[in-house]
Amino acid sequence: MTTNNQAWLLADKQINSRLLIGSALYPSPDIMRQAIQASASQVVTVSIRRQNSGDQSGQAFWQIIQSLGCHILPNTAGCRNAQEAITTAQMAREIFGTHWIKLEVIGDDYTLQPDPFDLVKAAQVLIEDGFEVFPYASDDLVLCQRLVDVGCRIVMPWASPIGSGKGIMNPYNMELIRQRLPNTTLIVDAGIGKPSHATQALEMGFDGVLLNSAVALADDPVKMATAFKHAIEAGRFGYEAGTMPQRDFASASTPVLGTPFWHQNH
Amino acid sequence: MILLINDKPTETKAQTLAGLVVELNIEGAFALALNQNFVPKSQYANTLINENDRIEIVAPMQGG
Repeated sequence: MTTNNQAWLLADKQINSRLLIGSALYPSPDIMRQAIQASASQVVTVSIRRQNSGDQSGQAFWQIIQSLGCHILPNTAGCRNAQEAITTAQMAREIFGTHWIKLEVIGDDYTLQPDPFDLVKAAQVLIEDGFEVFPYASDDLVLCQRLVDVGCRIVMPWASPIGSGKGIMNPYNMELIRQRLPNTTLIVDAGIGKPSHATQALEMGFDGVLLNSAVALADDPVKMATAFKHAIEAGRFGYEAGTMPQRDFASASTPVLGTPFWHQNH
Repeated sequence: MILLINDKPTETKAQTLAGLVVELNIEGAFALALNQNFVPKSQYANTLINENDRIEIVAPMQGG
């Protein structure tokens, strides 16, 4: 029997949750901790920034994250070319002690759309250097394919721009990516705004969802984290169960045989 | 000599990255890049620094 709690392989790790969660934008460190725990996520994204003299906030944050016992997925947020992203990934690997990297190479400041050319270039270099690359991509099939071609086992197309909360803007593109890359782990990253968006992604057959703002910016982040936990389980369960085919006409669900008051001339 | 540490001009007497880390009293989880190239901790002692080198020192922070 398949269940929605079935363990699955994310890269080389066996995990149960299909929710990957960010650690930014929460009202407080304690609410962040509570929300991550409520989400039941086992993968938390983190970042690196310049260390200012005397500022220990980064160390305090890192201690909280370590106490959660999750797998760590550092990102290269803010990088605008392949070289910046590669150096950032190498620094993150040493700091966090993981070869996982969420590779972000931004090509446009307004939409935070990835730069597809430097993204592929950086992915190739990092894979050759031993990284497990989780590339943040747009919903362009050919870009996703190129990332697979250079060795990515995981690809993370966006639902819509980071922080927009608009959900899956282009379901056709996303379904196409799922169909054409059946052997790639596909995580929907960015643009998820509410639990039903995440459910939709899982129903489409995506392997997981990565989100941050939708939980952190909710009125009650801890409750919203719980909502996403259930939404993602529901979506995955629905996918595994197999949805009925759509029809362009009505079809009564109640059997008509023996309907009271029924006459031949109806 | 003067270095650019995290984009700020900084005076140092250190000759190597190892010396610089001690001089700046950097502790906890951090990593370092010299002129945009990552330098692993194992190489700090052997890595000489020069006038106007650009050094990035980074630490963990929240991310999505």
